[in-house]
Amino acid sequence: MLNIDELVKDQIKTDYPRFSPGDHIKVQVRVIEGDKERIQTFEGDVISIRGAGASKTFVVRKVASGVGVERIFPFNSPKIAGIELVKEGDVRRAKLYYLRNLSGKAARIKSKKP
Amino acid sequence: MSGLLGKKIGMTSIFGNDGEIIPVTVIEAGPCRVVTIKTVKKDGYDAVQLGYGSRKEKNVTKPVAGQYKKNQLPYSSVLKEFRDVELADYKIGDEIKADFFKEGDLIKIKGRSKGKGFQGVMKRHGFSGVGGTTHGQSDRLRAPGSIGSSSYPSRVFKGMRMAGRMGYDNITVANLKVVKVDAEQNLIMVKGAIPGPKSSIVELLKK
Repeated sequence: MLNIDELVKDQIKTDYPRFSPGDHIKVQVRVIEGDKERIQTFEGDVISIRGAGASKTFVVRKVASGVGVERIFPFNSPKIAGIELVKEGDVRRAKLYYLRNLSGKAARIKSKKP
Repeated sequence: MSGLLGKKIGMTSIFGNDGEIIPVTVIEAGPCRVVTIKTVKKDGYDAVQLGYGSRKEKNVTKPVAGQYKKNQLPYSSVLKEFRDVELADYKIGDEIKADFFKEGDLIKIKGRSKGKGFQGVMKRHGFSGVGGTTHGQSDRLRAPGSIGSSSYPSRVFKGMRMAGRMGYDNITVANLKVVKVDAEQNLIMVKGAIPGPKSSIVELLKK
């Protein structure tokens, strides 16, 4: 039987830096306004990575003016212009949903020791 | 309705022009070979018989083998007739491939759904169960409830929906959009799901 992952191989992106849950990243998103295209940055902590291959997604959480904002990005989306790894975090879990219930100082993620 | 035979490969997703995710089913469409052409004059109706897949000679019964030997065609594992076709477009031995379809076509797919075994009324017919577990009631959560009245009619009406074998039905899904055609590998991608497990045989019909 044909391997289905091979068929969508050309869609899978490999040029991003490796990041994992707990990391602080900047995602450059292509935004189309009218007929112009510009880049918008979404900066926050990666709280979840799920799936594999073509359907892999990750969730970035930030707190904007006191309100938690989460965005789910398809990893291979053509809407993402680039990803920048700002800081590696030291966490013990793969899904950091507990951050939703924390605020202020408690919601910080420890930096990974070099 | 003209069409061809194929095999479900599985599902994945691709990105559209605006970056949106399109869920797609990958289907191996063909190659199919025209094995027999039936005509009104000889058989009472017009049809083309297409073969798909391959089969070893030792696994083909003699009467079936004769159909292939007549025209020196390789054995196929599936044979299916398609009616309402322009017979002039077909010749015995012709190969029909995935490029039979174009991107953007709306097609119909016939398949056989996954068998679910013996299932209760909730899963099989969408009943909502009898109710709660209070007032001494303990084992009726997924029960069908009443199946009719008592002394009149003193029987259960035919066709009453009850528990039983579910799935493994012939199912046709219409208006599936062809998103991509890969003529080289004989693959097409249609938007959405189609019935049946992976590697099941499906009929792809052009409108």
